[in-house]
Amino acid sequence: MIQIQLPKEEIAGVPLRNHMLLAAGVLGTTGASLKRMLSLGAGGVITKSIGPVAISGHHGPALVPIEGGLINAMGLPNPSKEFVSEIAPLKGEPVVVNIFGGTPKEFGEVASWFPDARAFELNLSCPHAEGYGAAIGIDPRIVKECTEIVKTYNKPVWVKLTPNVTDIRGIGKAAEEGGADAIVAINTVKAMRISTGARRPVLGNRFGGLSGKAIFPIAIRSVYDLYDAVGIPIIGCGGVSTADNVIEMMMAGASAVEIGSAVYDSINIFSEIAAELYAENGIPAEEIVGCAHV
Amino acid sequence: MSEMPHIVTITIVLDETPTVKTFVFDELFNIRPGQFCMVWVPGVDEIPMAFSAANAITVMKVGDATEALFDLKAGDKIGIRGPFGNGFNPEGKVLAIAGGVGVTPLFTLAACGEVDTFILGARTREELIFTEDLAKVSDLKIATDDGTCGFHGFVTGIMDQLDIGSYDTICVCGPEIMMKGILDRLVAKGIEGRGQFSLQRYMKCAVGICGSCCMDNDGLRVCRDGPVFTGDIIKNGEFAHYHRGPSGRKE
Repeated sequence: MIQIQLPKEEIAGVPLRNHMLLAAGVLGTTGASLKRMLSLGAGGVITKSIGPVAISGHHGPALVPIEGGLINAMGLPNPSKEFVSEIAPLKGEPVVVNIFGGTPKEFGEVASWFPDARAFELNLSCPHAEGYGAAIGIDPRIVKECTEIVKTYNKPVWVKLTPNVTDIRGIGKAAEEGGADAIVAINTVKAMRISTGARRPVLGNRFGGLSGKAIFPIAIRSVYDLYDAVGIPIIGCGGVSTADNVIEMMMAGASAVEIGSAVYDSINIFSEIAAELYAENGIPAEEIVGCAHV
Repeated sequence: MSEMPHIVTITIVLDETPTVKTFVFDELFNIRPGQFCMVWVPGVDEIPMAFSAANAITVMKVGDATEALFDLKAGDKIGIRGPFGNGFNPEGKVLAIAGGVGVTPLFTLAACGEVDTFILGARTREELIFTEDLAKVSDLKIATDDGTCGFHGFVTGIMDQLDIGSYDTICVCGPEIMMKGILDRLVAKGIEGRGQFSLQRYMKCAVGICGSCCMDNDGLRVCRDGPVFTGDIIKNGEFAHYHRGPSGRKE
């Protein structure tokens, strides 16, 4: 297998310790859990999605493991502005604050709370929150406006996209036009399972988002398409669970990856992958980013 | 591996106290004492609950989901995900200390014959649960806040009468203020590592992913790293000080 070197420079404006970040929504509700994941080998961490008001989330079941992944409808639970004090002890660490809002103005308001964030990731892609996430992230004009307003806070802005659109490239271009420093692809794929015993959808919200190995090919295709469409870095997200998956994402066009569902199998997933992925005499990652575009 | 909820049928509903019921269902789960499950009341919510037997949960009415559960009768269906968590890991001579409905996970431990001495506390006589069965399998000592049964006072009052140092493992479950009193006594003797405390936090996923139940200061997940933690692990964190609610706000 190909082995690579650790990053020598910032990636999309963030000084990452390696090419793998903890994805938003996974163990990102408290400062202590984010710190734990950094100490367990994450190259950077994305916080839980933080919005303009505190939300308790959908009724359960909110997450169910299924073959090849996880299906969830958490419903954007978040403590809103109180989260500022959660991550205050992490100042200086590679912490990307994921934010959401129902309008560009709300995105700007939430961004204004976090002067110490290394970067922002805009949640324009959660598939199961009415009026938020993908509900507005399928409109290129709104995506551009949200990016522009958060960009006024002079930090790197990453825009996380939904795969639940006809053509992800148009949304990616809108983010780039709005001044995005990176595109993150993809959020979960809209999905449902039904409990045959209960004769009803298993999630409290009825439908939700699928993550994990099952969506890896969808994520690869999305990153591959975006690499042709935009000139800014792409962060690959969706089902990454092995060192070879990281390499494959890079070959599709990703400069770094996010890992979430694989934490279900092992909380040490970052150090386990790093042990295989990196070597002193490895090649620079830049050599393989996008190399599959033949 | 799919971990969709197992749909089980309730076979018996037992009234334990005015606010506590045991629901027995038609499927046996392979549990270790102290493990828990997520109980799905279809159309309402899903909540964490300790097993009180391989085929039963014992529930106190505290909110919407437990209230909906209390309306169910034999023949009704619920969903069970689990068992989850680490459970107790007793060694040698074992003391169990329970308060209120916190007796549930310790009852499964005692039923296995693992408990030598059992201190059971409740506010009043009618809120004591499992006393007859516990007396058959352990040296049972009872405390009630109002003195209507056994020792008049808290479980820690009985604890102070025992030679705590003679126990190799002290398993605890109950209100956090009660557990704090016990932890303080173990710390004073320098034996907090022998204490195994079963904790409760707000949970959503129960499989160690979502982060709802993470505790300060180390970010440990109550659902997967716990719910049972030794005293040395919890003595300096959020335990007995605060917890987080459904939104992640400190309460």
